[in-house]
Amino acid sequence: MSQEHFDALIEADERIEPDDWMPDDYRNTLVRQIAQHAHSEIIGMQPEGEWITRAPSLRRKAILTAKVQDEAGHGLYLYGAAESLGTPRAELLDRLHAKTQKYSSIFNYPTPEWADVGAIGWLVDGAAIMNQVPLCRCSYGPYGRAMVRICKEESFHQRQGYQIMLSLSQGTPEQHAMAQRALDRWWWPSIMMFGPPDADSPNTGRSMAWGIKRFTNDELRQNFVDATVPQAELLGLTPPDDALVWNAERGHYDFGEPDWDEFARMVRGEGEIPDLRIGVRRAAHDDGDWVRAAAAAYADKQAARSAA
Amino acid sequence: MAADLFTHVLRQGDRALVLSHRLAQWITHAPTLEEDVALANISLDLLGQARHLFTYAGELEGEGHDEDHFAYWRDASEFRNPLLVEQPNGDFAVTIARQVFHDQAAVLYWESMSDSGDTTIAALAVRARNETAFHLQHSAGWLIRLGDGTDESRRRAQAAVDAMWPFTSELLGADDEGALRADGLIGESIESTWQVAVADILLEAGLERPTSIEQRTGGLHGAHSEHLEPLLHEMQGLARAHPGATW
Ligand SMILES: [Fe+2]
Ligand SMILES: [Fe+2]
Repeated sequence: MSQEHFDALIEADERIEPDDWMPDDYRNTLVRQIAQHAHSEIIGMQPEGEWITRAPSLRRKAILTAKVQDEAGHGLYLYGAAESLGTPRAELLDRLHAKTQKYSSIFNYPTPEWADVGAIGWLVDGAAIMNQVPLCRCSYGPYGRAMVRICKEESFHQRQGYQIMLSLSQGTPEQHAMAQRALDRWWWPSIMMFGPPDADSPNTGRSMAWGIKRFTNDELRQNFVDATVPQAELLGLTPPDDALVWNAERGHYDFGEPDWDEFARMVRGEGEIPDLRIGVRRAAHDDGDWVRAAAAAYADKQAARSAA
Repeated sequence: MAADLFTHVLRQGDRALVLSHRLAQWITHAPTLEEDVALANISLDLLGQARHLFTYAGELEGEGHDEDHFAYWRDASEFRNPLLVEQPNGDFAVTIARQVFHDQAAVLYWESMSDSGDTTIAALAVRARNETAFHLQHSAGWLIRLGDGTDESRRRAQAAVDAMWPFTSELLGADDEGALRADGLIGESIESTWQVAVADILLEAGLERPTSIEQRTGGLHGAHSEHLEPLLHEMQGLARAHPGATW
């Protein structure tokens, strides 16, 4: 196993498996990306999880519970994929809790109204799907396969989020206004989920060559806008962008420039929400110490008993 | 006054809904990700049971009320759940002790209902019995691990068992359902089977079975502890802010 073999697999668009030789940079890039993705799944449970106990109908409560449960499952698959590269889940969680690894800054926006749950499903899960579908073909086998499962579930989430927005936009005037407020809050953050413009995205070239990334940030962003604008029209809601207009010549929507300074502030983790999110995670982890210790002690006793 | 089938169904629906809510409060706060998934799953099963029961309650009542009416538009004094399920989550041991006592009763209850003279409930009982059997496996498995884990987990588990024990007698049936039993609509009493099964679990966990602790009751008749009102306030607030809205 060697660089040559690795290069040949990449060249042939075949999967790299855990036991294959791989360059350290490739391994590290993947661990960093998969960990950040896993962290995003579990931190992303929080803003919506807070609405489970307040969901306005039993049907919506059931759908939302199932969604948040799916996100925990996504975290589990992804931590598993990262473990296959030699980094245990406990270590990655420690890094999340110590803030030395990041999660998607999209979860640092507030979710003050029920409609935010709809907007998150529609726009955030929608953007995540656009980002993630290409990852199903990621050169690293366990990650690609985890993504196949995840993307299937994300598309349910996207549809369910849109259904919430549809009910609200066709509901009472108060509900419609609530839906518009949520769109106003989530439009630009969703656009920025595709990352900085290609010109400012230093790692894109290498990740594309390695088959970790398949499309550039700007390509994905355009796809997202093109897919989402007609959906907003169907809802009778207006994205908060005056520059948004169909460009027949390009066959795409033109749209305005996001506030990249705000994006940078969010990525740096400014504001009070990041502390809140990490605080919830840390508290859950610390409060659970004695439970995990008990499970480990019991497993040891059982092993000793069956050995005796 | 003897309880009618409507009241009986409502009691079961309220029990499932309130416990589902309590378990949902754990999501994102559980000791492991696996437990986030498991508790969400049990919460979801109970919610599903509550929805079926409320829909059927609406049919029995005959006033055109749907599942959301029973969940969102009744006050605490109209809820008929046993006190146990409204008790706060406490630490993980309290949640698990509450769940073991509940799940063991639920398994036996649904078993006893599978040959109810009421075909709607009998049909519901088959699926609910299988679901609750899984829940019991999960909760009893944890109580045993906690009881036979570390010194700290044993101490917490015993404290939790002691704290939840006073709320158990209500799980075993109401005092005004004799007529329903005589009519073959509900099954035989589950009390003695429950006592034996729970004693077995406690024994395996190495925990003491509490004795002579005075039982607290009243939930089945609408006399609740102070914990139900805030729970409902959280659950119902948004729906009640928009009367007549659909979601
Ligand atoms: Fe996800
Ligand atoms: Fe999702």
